Amino acid sequence: MTMLMPAEGVFSLIWVLIALPLAGAAILLFAGRRTNSWGPYLGVLTVLGSAVIGVLMLLEMMQQPADGRTYGQELFTWIQVGGFSADMAFQLDQLSIVFVLLITIVGSLIHVYSLGYMAHDKDRRKFFGYLNLFVAAMLLLVLANNYLLLYVGWEGVGLASYLLIGFWQHKPSAAAAAKKAFIINRVGDVGLSLAIMLMFVTFGSVSFQDVFGVADQASEGTLTAIGLLLLLAACGKSAQFPLQAWLLDAMEGPTPVSALIHAATMVTAGVYLIVRSNVIFTAAEWAAIAVIVVGLITMWMGAIIGSAKDDIKKSLAGSTMSQIGYMITAAGLGPIGYVFAIFHLLTHGVFKAGLFLGAGSVMHGMNDNVNMRRYGALRSAMVITAGTFIVCYLAIIGIPPFDGFFSKDDIIHASFERSPIIGVLAMLAAGLTGFYMTRMVAMTFFGKARWEDDVHPHESPKVMTIPLIILAIGAAFLGMALVYWGDIESWLEPVVGFEENPLPLASWVYEATTLALVLIGVAIGWIMYARREVPVEAPRGTVLTRAAREELYGNQVNDVLVVQPTHYASRSLVWFDNKAVDGFVNGSAAFVGGLSGRMRRYQTGFVRSYALSMVGGVLLVVLALVLVRMS
Amino acid sequence: MNPSNYVMLSAVLFSIGALGVLVRRNAIIVFMSVELMLNAANLAFVAFSRMNGNLDGQVVAFFVMVVAAAEVVVGLAIIVTIFRTRRSASIDEPNLLKY
Amino acid sequence: MTSFPWLTTLMAVPLVGSVLIVLLPKGRAVLAKQVALLVSIVTLGLTIAMALQFQADSTEPFQFVESQPWIPAFGISYSVGVDGISLVLIALAATLVPVVILAGWNDADDSRGTVKGYFALIMVLETLMIGVFAATDVFLFYVFFEAMLIPVYFMIGRYGGVQRSYAAVKFLLYSLLGGLFMLAALIGLYVVSAQMTGTGTFDFLSLASLDIDPDVQKLLFLGFFFAFAIKAPLWPFHTWLPDAAAESKPGTAVLLIGVLDKVGTFGMIRYCLEIFPAASEFYAPVVIGMALVGIFYGAFVALSQTDMKRLFAYSSMSHFGFIALGIFVFTSTGQSGSVVYMVAHGLSTAALFLTAGFLMSRYRSSSYIGDYAGVNKVAPVLAGFFMVAALSSLALPGMVSFIGEFLVLLGTFERYLWIGALATVGIVITAAYVLRLYQRTMTGPLKPELEGMKDLGGREITALVPIAALTIVLGLFPAPLLNVINPTVDRVMTSVGASDPSPTLALPGTPAEGTAK
Repeated sequence: MTMLMPAEGVFSLIWVLIALPLAGAAILLFAGRRTNSWGPYLGVLTVLGSAVIGVLMLLEMMQQPADGRTYGQELFTWIQVGGFSADMAFQLDQLSIVFVLLITIVGSLIHVYSLGYMAHDKDRRKFFGYLNLFVAAMLLLVLANNYLLLYVGWEGVGLASYLLIGFWQHKPSAAAAAKKAFIINRVGDVGLSLAIMLMFVTFGSVSFQDVFGVADQASEGTLTAIGLLLLLAACGKSAQFPLQAWLLDAMEGPTPVSALIHAATMVTAGVYLIVRSNVIFTAAEWAAIAVIVVGLITMWMGAIIGSAKDDIKKSLAGSTMSQIGYMITAAGLGPIGYVFAIFHLLTHGVFKAGLFLGAGSVMHGMNDNVNMRRYGALRSAMVITAGTFIVCYLAIIGIPPFDGFFSKDDIIHASFERSPIIGVLAMLAAGLTGFYMTRMVAMTFFGKARWEDDVHPHESPKVMTIPLIILAIGAAFLGMALVYWGDIESWLEPVVGFEENPLPLASWVYEATTLALVLIGVAIGWIMYARREVPVEAPRGTVLTRAAREELYGNQVNDVLVVQPTHYASRSLVWFDNKAVDGFVNGSAAFVGGLSGRMRRYQTGFVRSYALSMVGGVLLVVLALVLVRMS
Repeated sequence: MNPSNYVMLSAVLFSIGALGVLVRRNAIIVFMSVELMLNAANLAFVAFSRMNGNLDGQVVAFFVMVVAAAEVVVGLAIIVTIFRTRRSASIDEPNLLKY
Repeated sequence: MTSFPWLTTLMAVPLVGSVLIVLLPKGRAVLAKQVALLVSIVTLGLTIAMALQFQADSTEPFQFVESQPWIPAFGISYSVGVDGISLVLIALAATLVPVVILAGWNDADDSRGTVKGYFALIMVLETLMIGVFAATDVFLFYVFFEAMLIPVYFMIGRYGGVQRSYAAVKFLLYSLLGGLFMLAALIGLYVVSAQMTGTGTFDFLSLASLDIDPDVQKLLFLGFFFAFAIKAPLWPFHTWLPDAAAESKPGTAVLLIGVLDKVGTFGMIRYCLEIFPAASEFYAPVVIGMALVGIFYGAFVALSQTDMKRLFAYSSMSHFGFIALGIFVFTSTGQSGSVVYMVAHGLSTAALFLTAGFLMSRYRSSSYIGDYAGVNKVAPVLAGFFMVAALSSLALPGMVSFIGEFLVLLGTFERYLWIGALATVGIVITAAYVLRLYQRTMTGPLKPELEGMKDLGGREITALVPIAALTIVLGLFPAPLLNVINPTVDRVMTSVGASDPSPTLALPGTPAEGTAK
């Protein structure tokens, strides 16, 4: 149990981290057209401001002893009912700070890039407003000191994601993709809600400090249930199987959004959630195993989908799924993996942002065409984009000394420490990564030009290429820096714990095997897509290719299992409501109406017959009286 | 005194009136029959008043007379109007309030 | 405590306003609107002034109490007073009335009823709404409860849509039916009180303190509950609502669903629970079942609606399921959640109906969803408010509706784990129908007929901003609401004799918290 340090000095600014971009979002969204000219720059500045504060905090934190790096700041009591209470309070520790830096620094770069990318969009101001909103919500997510406040950030990023996926609302596909993302995420939210409730019912509190302090006293069944519910939440947010279907559609959003939200930060929130709740997963073995299974399945699904898609963004999205699968797997390994999950998350955040922004830059020069079969030989047309893209490519497939080599190898190591099966699966997936990324690079930058007639590829403006260069530098050196200089294991250990198990073979054996597999993948990809002619029309392909193009039928499964039954239920209930429930109400009204219609017939209009009925009535009354009298 | 005679007479008058209301078609005759019934009731009231030695019955009889007078005013007016529009005083013909 | 008759003043001001409006000369329609707006703002101001003097930590059950004998022969008195729950609901009513007046500035015209008649009816309705929440005499409550039907009947029947008279009559008869059962139970209650204490009374506190025989409770409970279940409306007594909502003006619908229907759920807490605690416990499983069915039923039916206003009506029915659920699980989180949910639902309904109303007023008053597409392109501000309303309706965290919904679900979960878990699934369907509506109407290519549609004007924005602001501010800082509600909920919980389940693990250092206060 770590001690909470009071938030003093630079740490008293924790709330400002969130407030800055939030204020930016509020100004941009509420002040309307007045801010059109300078609004986007304000949006960039607020995030930059947060980034500066974040860096200052990191520097300050590094001065402190390892067990004194957790800071708490309480603003006010948020909800207080009966025994339940949740505070508007933040917690900054070694885990949060790396997220803060990832979000604000990558966020700043992407904001800057967007200045160029969205330069001609008439709703540019709104775009930056939404981006700022996203950054604020994401910071809230990682800074909250209790699960309920985390939930606010969790939904906030979901909202920002919804708004940004559907940013080009006039496209029905974008609007549909946005809705789909939100609704699938809601399924995950059910998991998070229930996990929070179960925590409260079990521990009487939902703050991290309280829950983790007594988690080991709870029964394993309860902890497993909480773990599985949190996993459900993570699956929704991080597009893990079986809630993965929204991520590929989410590529309808502008490319900077895909880079920031659907690659670098938001989709990794699930990993954060699991790692943050490490106490629970360490104590609930079966929940952790479920995490590994989900991670492995998604790792493979994503890689397979990424290998078949011709849409550059969707292929990258498949890759994101796959890489997050690595992180989730690592997070499921327990203390041997938590650190590496976060490590890979950081490096992935950098190089995948670079890849997405690179893809955006390519699209920018190709009239927004996303079909890689229409690319080819772009390396000379856009030198900087190609160069940075290739650096990030080397990072993701894990060529030393680039980022991915360190982080992914660590995960493969840890997997072998746990079980050879997991290790082999993770290792083979690395080979597949080599294949599909090579395919992408070869189809885009090498081979013959297959451009459409009116396309004139050109390099993007500096405001876009400079962020690319910075990200590429990060992709080249961040991994090394974190391992040799930053010592990420001991940095995160106080929060997430760290263990190492002995391996049967020397560690270079694993590294060499992985590298060999990756190179085989690269070679196959190169031969198939750089050496051979790439047809402009996609060939029919094998069963597996077709399935992968259809995203392994995830949408169809959802459709049959969920969407159709829901619509059927909905329509039947409408029928039931109209016929049965309302039918009963209107039926009883009709019954009274019909009865009165019958009785109306006795109003013949003959005064004498009314008189006769009166006389008859009088006689009856008299008769009754007489009879009563007599008895 | 023996009230039974008066009551008998009242009953006979009432029955004649009721029968008249039921069987006659001419509005004037029906109207007169209604008056007959009212006066049969008055007779009974007065008779019982006399028998019981208090004035309640006679008071009610006055009320009935006033009501009857008011009724005549309204009723005759209606009948006259109907006669004017339809050239007939039959009560079977106006059936505007039929269902 | 001040002796100023706050509540009577609150009721009198709108009533005087309505008389003023009626007395205005013909043809001064604008003046009538201005008077109505002014009076309603004065009422709101008075309400705020009163709320500021409310003492949340007071031990008295009611504050600002006034009492005058009315029909002493039957123990009926004009007694008013507020506790935390009724204060919050009065504030809700007082907030929504000026908003509705402003939003419905052009709703009424002289074609069927008169303009001033519409606004006079709103004012009368405000008086009655305040009265029904403030009454502490059960008979007085009943009178307000039934009298509220009259202005609404005319507001729907005169100023509504094509099928207005069908909807108005259905609303009136259905509500009267419920009221009739309540009247019977009310008389029964009086007789019971007469038998138990010697002198019959309608005074709420005296009745609540009676220890009525459980079997009698069960009978009388049904009478009250039936009326409230129709009012609220719970499944399966809901079918008047879609018709009434679809045929009424947006403003009428806001007051009807946003405030009037809350009388049902309010009555459940105040009257069903406190006067008939044993019966409430006895019937709780049935009510919970109805609520649960309602949550899903309403949501599923809303999913296939082609008419916006009917969709909102069914979504409200789903939300009322949540509110009733929170009330009858007997946990303080559930009940506080329900009250917060009532406020939140009032605000979100208002936002939804009013924005939809603004949209409809721009295109042939059509509420058919298929008539709209791509509105965001021509009217981004309208679409923005629609989005906020939609998010508030689906209980996005950070909005007040989230606090209500989460507390209700938490309260349910504490008591009945599986029911809580099941109800939580409802949030997915809510998201589905709300976002489907947004997608259909606001996004996609613009319908050619809508070309040149005007965005929201100043008046319309002014009407919507307070609602949106309240939704967000109370979502981030709900303390003003919860501080007022909590003590009253504790009182109700005590009178029902329920206490919160304590967590399975007590935290070290902190005593196990519950209702023991």
